[in-house]
Amino acid sequence: MISRFRILFLISIFASAVFLAAQQPDVPSELERRQSGVDLIIGDRIGAQPRIAVPDCLALGPEPEVAAAAETIAEVLWDDLDFEREFRMVVRDTYDSIPTARSLIDLPLDDWRELGADGVVSCSVEWISNSRMRVTARLFNVRSRASSFGVEYSGATTNVRTYAHQLSDEIHRHQRGLRGVARSKIAYISDRDSESVLGLVEDRSTKEVYFADYDGANVKRVTISRTLNNNPAWSPDGRAIAYTAWRPFMDILVSHVYQGRLESPVEGNSDTQNWLPAWSPDGSQLAFTSNRDGQPELYIANGDGSGIMRLTNHPGIDTSPTWSPQGHQLAFVSDRTGAPQVYVIGADGTGLRRITFESHCDRPTWSPAPYNEIAYSSQTGAGHDIKVVDLATNEVRQLTYGLGTNESPSYSPNGRHVAFSSTRGAGNKQIWVIGRDGRGLRRITGVGNNEMPSWSP
Amino acid sequence: MGRSEVSCRIRIQVVCLASAVAIGCAGNPAPVEPELPPPPPEGNQAVSTSPPAPPPPPVSPPSPPIIEEENPISTRSLQELNRESPLEPVFFDYDSSDLSPRGQIIIQANADILSEHSTWVITIEGHCDQRGSPEYNLGLGERRALVTEEYLIALGIDSARINTVSYGKEFPFDPEDTEEAHSRNRRAHFVITGR
Repeated sequence: MISRFRILFLISIFASAVFLAAQQPDVPSELERRQSGVDLIIGDRIGAQPRIAVPDCLALGPEPEVAAAAETIAEVLWDDLDFEREFRMVVRDTYDSIPTARSLIDLPLDDWRELGADGVVSCSVEWISNSRMRVTARLFNVRSRASSFGVEYSGATTNVRTYAHQLSDEIHRHQRGLRGVARSKIAYISDRDSESVLGLVEDRSTKEVYFADYDGANVKRVTISRTLNNNPAWSPDGRAIAYTAWRPFMDILVSHVYQGRLESPVEGNSDTQNWLPAWSPDGSQLAFTSNRDGQPELYIANGDGSGIMRLTNHPGIDTSPTWSPQGHQLAFVSDRTGAPQVYVIGADGTGLRRITFESHCDRPTWSPAPYNEIAYSSQTGAGHDIKVVDLATNEVRQLTYGLGTNESPSYSPNGRHVAFSSTRGAGNKQIWVIGRDGRGLRRITGVGNNEMPSWSP
Repeated sequence: MGRSEVSCRIRIQVVCLASAVAIGCAGNPAPVEPELPPPPPEGNQAVSTSPPAPPPPPVSPPSPPIIEEENPISTRSLQELNRESPLEPVFFDYDSSDLSPRGQIIIQANADILSEHSTWVITIEGHCDQRGSPEYNLGLGERRALVTEEYLIALGIDSARINTVSYGKEFPFDPEDTEEAHSRNRRAHFVITGR
């Protein structure tokens, strides 16, 4: 029953992917996939994480780029599977003693079992034309010797890491019922290209919008405005980034990144400035800060800029909106009682309530479901740290502890991780990612200063 | 330095050209078949008996006169004007957009200058110190710019000549993390954008 449902589900995914690709030829190259129908879950020790090994894929062909791809895919897949901490990954440099697989389905499972693995990913890579490749993968249970999962992808040779990311997401879903984030992107602003702002005041460095894969690889530059840009926010369909641009007044621009199209939905000017956009969960509306009534208040507008509604009305600063997962409420920052604190208000402007009661709380981000919490940055000394307040219990937990200043949290689409900017280490601002339990810290940028991450759906 | 080197090189070439016919240029050492001397001119037979006058010694041509460059018309770009701007910044207290008495005096002085230069158009930039989030500081900088603009308008400056923008904590005067740097960074900065 389950497997029939799953196959139907996969068919519908495949069909809709083909439909989407036919509709929008500019979709970033989707991988075609076929799956075998076997359903086995690896790991028979109750309560223990399954131990998975990922040796290099078999390179089917003499070309050096095939061999390079076979190694890269295994390395990236190992990192991707490690990231969610659902598996205990068998460290790759312990694989030396194990003979290479003779084929995709003929591997020395007893040797892998001896090394302590519960499952082994077996994969092969081949070039099917100058620009297209095929990756075939199986996940073997070393005890039952059965392949519990199998898939075949074909697609472009331009970015082989994509194959590992898709494979990781499918293994997480198939084996753990988990929505992986290996194919998600993180947008941020950076001064990495060291350009100067075109303007009347010298020595000002530009900040432009970039995005990268969730692990920091595959960086793309979005804006080329030679000015200041801020606060990128992915649209819920993952195809557009809204951000604050100085033109030279502050305004909200929406860049449809796969189409090269730019919109200014709320049409700012030097008297009516708009900043800090936040998409509603269904992508139909934008919440933002504007000075249109004389000082910073929150507003909601439709995606085309129509139907602008004022959400807050207080002489203090109201800013940094973030939507609840259902879109019924927003959290924001206000200094109405003195220092900035986090508040929640209904999307209709009613039901205001204060959420934080610390010295200085700033830049909230509402978690995706099923978690019901808000991450924010809180002053903890000279700098800020990332904290999370559980909205059901009002309990606060702290994710970072005093290294540099830690700001601008953004949740992964599955709610299990938080990206943020931090000056820890060398002192430059970099993007870091940490688990929502405060474990698994990793840095994903290293060139220039990078800040204000936005994790894509 | 550069000029004298060039004129020296030109001089050498001129000397070289002048003597090229007789002795060949030093720059071209390839052996050349000696040409027969031209037949003496017909009408000068009588004079031909006296020995020929020695060739005049090579003369260096005079150094070329230095042509004085036309004086560039003195102009100051907006960048230069802003670098030495007569418009003073207004400073604020921590997390505050209230104008101090000192701030009001500065805006009054700026208003006088703007009245004197009645065509100047300005942008008031609101800036913040390095504490607090970059997002919140956009709002704070916005309020500092708007408060300053309002006071300037109240002093009689046409609102059409004033734009405002907030840069939050993005462009500090002084990036240091000291109290002194913080107080220098909390400011409304006047930029002349047209005149």
